Amino acid sequence: MATLREFREETQAWLADNCPDSMRGSGTDAEAVAGGTSQTYENPGAKVWLDRMAEKGWTAPMWPSEYGGGGLSRDQFLILQDEMIRINARSPIGGMGFSMIGPTLLDYGTEEQKQRHLPKIVNGEIRWCQGYSEPGAGSDLASLATKAEDMGDHFLVNGQKIWTSGAQNADWIFTLVRTEPQAPKHEGISFVLIDMDQPGVKVNPIKLISGSSPFNETFFDDAIAKKEDLVGQLNRGWTVAKRLLQHERSSISGMSSGGRRGRYDNLRSLSQIARDYIGMDDGKLADLVLRDQIIGNTMTSKAFSLTQRRAAAENASGGTPTFATSMFKYYGSELGKDRLELQLKAMGTQSFGWEGDMFTSEERTLTRTWLRSKGSSIAGGTSEIQLNIIAKRVLGLPD
Amino acid sequence: MPLVLNEEQNMLKDAAKDFCGKSTPITELRKLRDDKDETGFSRDIWQQMVELGWAGITIPEDFGGLGFGYLGMGVVMEECGRTLTASPLMSTAVLGSSAILSGASDEQKAELLPALAGGELLTALALEETPHHSPYNISTTAEKSGDGYKLNGSKKFVLDGHVADQLVVVARSSGTAGDRDGLSLFLVAADSDGISTTRTIMADSRNAANIELSNVQAPATALLGAEGKGADVLDKVLDVGRIVLSAEMLGGLQEAFERTLEYLKVREQFGVPIGSFQALKHRAAEMFCEIELSKSVVLEALSALDEDSDEVPKLASLAKARLTDTYNLVSSEAIQMHGGIGMTDEHEIGFFMKRARVCEHSFGNAAYHRNRYGELEGY
Ligand SMILES: Cc1cc2nc3c(=O)[nH]c(=O)nc-3n(C[C@H](O)[C@H](O)[C@H](O)COP(=O)(O)OP(=O)(O)OC[C@H]3O[C@@H](n4cnc5c(N)ncnc54)[C@H](O)[C@@H]3O)c2cc1C
Repeated sequence: MATLREFREETQAWLADNCPDSMRGSGTDAEAVAGGTSQTYENPGAKVWLDRMAEKGWTAPMWPSEYGGGGLSRDQFLILQDEMIRINARSPIGGMGFSMIGPTLLDYGTEEQKQRHLPKIVNGEIRWCQGYSEPGAGSDLASLATKAEDMGDHFLVNGQKIWTSGAQNADWIFTLVRTEPQAPKHEGISFVLIDMDQPGVKVNPIKLISGSSPFNETFFDDAIAKKEDLVGQLNRGWTVAKRLLQHERSSISGMSSGGRRGRYDNLRSLSQIARDYIGMDDGKLADLVLRDQIIGNTMTSKAFSLTQRRAAAENASGGTPTFATSMFKYYGSELGKDRLELQLKAMGTQSFGWEGDMFTSEERTLTRTWLRSKGSSIAGGTSEIQLNIIAKRVLGLPD
Repeated sequence: MPLVLNEEQNMLKDAAKDFCGKSTPITELRKLRDDKDETGFSRDIWQQMVELGWAGITIPEDFGGLGFGYLGMGVVMEECGRTLTASPLMSTAVLGSSAILSGASDEQKAELLPALAGGELLTALALEETPHHSPYNISTTAEKSGDGYKLNGSKKFVLDGHVADQLVVVARSSGTAGDRDGLSLFLVAADSDGISTTRTIMADSRNAANIELSNVQAPATALLGAEGKGADVLDKVLDVGRIVLSAEMLGGLQEAFERTLEYLKVREQFGVPIGSFQALKHRAAEMFCEIELSKSVVLEALSALDEDSDEVPKLASLAKARLTDTYNLVSSEAIQMHGGIGMTDEHEIGFFMKRARVCEHSFGNAAYHRNRYGELEGY
């Protein structure tokens, strides 16, 4: 324990010296750094912060130091999180490299693959995206049709992916492809990494209901995947794919941060917003029905974050995420959606501002955050799919 | 706060599971009900609980207790909740002990705590006066009379009121119903002149009574806490009650859920187990999530009691509101998912729903606690 206390003191001192002022306080989504060749830094502090954190491996605190990570234990990681939150330090970088493909390579990658790919994630050199879904393969992901033919030293990939978040800015894509068309659907799939900087890969933006275009159609037209970028065994990619989904869900639900950071932490609390837009009457929010709902959501959020902390405590060894991730993914996204619906109710006609000065920037942001929140229970496996998984894997109910 | 049990607490939990499973399965509650047992619990079982040390779990060792704290009491109550065990644990070892621990003088403690821990003394909290939990809405009066007080009023839903030796009576020594100020707590013998007690037979087959107080004389030494400041003690006692009752509810709802899950796997219709129907699967999975959240809030609230944290009032309301909603959900779904057999008295699943609703109204329902949580948060 003495060493943990020392670690906390050292961390505190280091953060105080090294976190630029401009990287303290909550930033907007647009300011979030995801790295890669397309990343620009309007705020030079963001680049300084990234480089300093990457140098210590603290962009990926729990990854082994031989791959550039911080080599921290789970306890140390939680201390780092706490100390960053205490000074309001922003996360220096995020993205699918850290939350999905990195942890999956640690589980299933070869030594050579880890050496080649992980350090470039840690230092922000390469940005990744996820090529899973296809027009005909959503919840039933294993019915995917994009095919990869074995050409000796490489695979030739043809097909279409859809809903590829961030593909327009990504350097590499991790992709599920069919390598054995005759086999039963789960047994003919392989997991490959593809460099997107080649003529055979084309990306076409799709606009979301929230107005932005963070996701895309991705076309493979004789695209090349190198043999050395096959992760796991040929035709056994489904195992790798499922593990990655667990990491994805654990990240979407805030589990991977031990419940320390919630998805909507940068928004003002429901009660503060309601106070501004509805006002108080005799010490209580003036709309008593809405008040009851807001308190209910606030209490459930508290219970949810206690549960994340309990799971983290039970999981103190820092092992791989379990099927509990489905519960957190399901419950966390539904709870977040409820919260934003209540925010809308609290703000009344100020809640649907789209553009222009008749609405504050907080109001306009909230409109889009509300719309975007609907995707949280679809992306990474829908709520219904998570309930199926809980019923089967946790409760043991029959098919 | 730890959010996981330590070894000592786990051992206590295992011992409690073993005891309740062997000695107080639901068949015992059914027997007490069908035999129209006068006390509604078994003195013999209570004596065994006392020998296990349960009556003194929260009482410090100096006073003859185990000093295991509320996490210890919580795990025992959770197991009692699984088997719907009727006993004076709540009224005596939880409410009575905490009233004396937080309100009594040193002399009172020295006299009463060893008796409580030894199971020789049963207590009951005489609080409610209306069909809804409303702790400051007290009309029972305490008028100065000679050196002491004269108590007048009527009390409802007094847990174990029909078997208690001593009553903690919440009365008003000044102010008007609804005021937090002006309440006083008195410890009076249940057989004092002017007290009449009528047992209430309720759907959950557990034990409570209505109590009339007519010119009951209480000496000044009967005061628990300062005159007019009884709410300071009462609020604490109620939060303890809310949290420990939540632990009991957690046991009951998990048992009801596990039994239902088992039924979903064995009952077949249309040639398949009914648990293969997605309409039931999803509802079961949703209940699983609510139960996981319930476990966390109960653990956190029990630890807060042990740490005497400022968060206790909020966590008490969080726990009681959540456990009320979850126990109601799970116990109602349990009957629905059992179909016709779930509606029969012969099947045990219905006992959980009856208990859930009585728990709901003990120490404040979910709406009461949401409102209180909001008040504590300043809105
Ligand atoms: C914002 C956002 C970002 C995304 N980013 C990516 C990305 O980067 N990469 C990527 O590969 N994919 C991405 N996706 C795609 C996402 O994984 C899929 O949308 C999701 O898996 C659902 O597939 P679908 O859209 O085809 O819906 P469908 O599978 O057609 O589902 C439609 C409805 O049917 C229900 N349903 C389907 N099957 C069942 C069942 N067995 N039981 C009960 N109900 C069922 C679903 O729950 C849903 O309500 C993203 C999606 C969104 C919204």
